[in-house]
Amino acid sequence: MIETIIHVLVLTGLIVSAVLVYHFKDLLAAAVASGLFSFLISLEFYILQAPDVAISQAAIGAGLTTAIFILAIRSTKRYEEDAP
Amino acid sequence: MRMSKIVRFAADVLFGAIVIFGLYVIMHGHLTPGGGFQGGAIVATGAALVIVAHSYEEVIGMIKKAVLMAQESAGLVMFAGVALIAIGLGTTFFFNFLANSGSLFGMTVPFGPNPGELNTGGVLPLMNIAVGIEVWGGLAIVILYMLSGIGKKEEA
Repeated sequence: MIETIIHVLVLTGLIVSAVLVYHFKDLLAAAVASGLFSFLISLEFYILQAPDVAISQAAIGAGLTTAIFILAIRSTKRYEEDAP
Repeated sequence: MRMSKIVRFAADVLFGAIVIFGLYVIMHGHLTPGGGFQGGAIVATGAALVIVAHSYEEVIGMIKKAVLMAQESAGLVMFAGVALIAIGLGTTFFFNFLANSGSLFGMTVPFGPNPGELNTGGVLPLMNIAVGIEVWGGLAIVILYMLSGIGKKEEA
C-alpha cells in the first residue's frame, strides 16, 4: 500500500516537473527543474528495483547534463524572450 | 554570470564528500550495486560542480587538462594491462588469476549469508578501479572543454 502511494507521488512529481520546465521563462530555473525530473526518474528506477540504472541516471542525468545546461546559460542569456 | 560566494564555498565543501562517495562506489563495485562506470560518473559530478561554480580563470588554475587526459589513458592501459597479465601467466585473456589465490583481493568468498567481504573478487576490483579512473577523466574533460568553449567572454 505504502509502495503504491510513493509510486503515485513520484509519477505526479515527474509530470509536475516536466510542466515546470516548459513553464519557466528563467532558463536557470528550467535547467534545475530538468535536473529534478532526472532525479525523480532515478527514484522511479530505484522503486522498480534497478539500483544500477538509478545510480547512472542520478550521476549523468541529474548531475552532468544540468552542469552542461548551466554552462551554456552562463555563456548566453539567462531569460527567455517572447517570440516576435 | 559570476556565481555568488555562497555557491562557490558550498561547491568547495561538497567536492570532498562527493569524491569520497564516488570512490566508495568504485571500491565496492563487486559487492553492491554500482561499479566503475557509476562511481566514476559520481566523481565526475563533483568535478562538474566545481567547474560550474567557479569562473574560467579559477578553474584553469585548479583543474589541469593534461592530468585528466593522463587519467583517461592510464585507466585504459590498466584495464588492458591486467587482462594481458593473464596471457603472460599462460592462461586466457581476462582470466581471473587473482581469485582464491590468497594475495591481493584473493580471499575465498565466505559461505552463507554475510555482509560481503571486500577482499574478494580477484581482478574484478582492479578492473573497476581502472574503469573508474578512466570515466572520471573522460566525463570531467567533457565539462572542461564545454567551459573552454565559453572562454572569457561571459555575460556579466
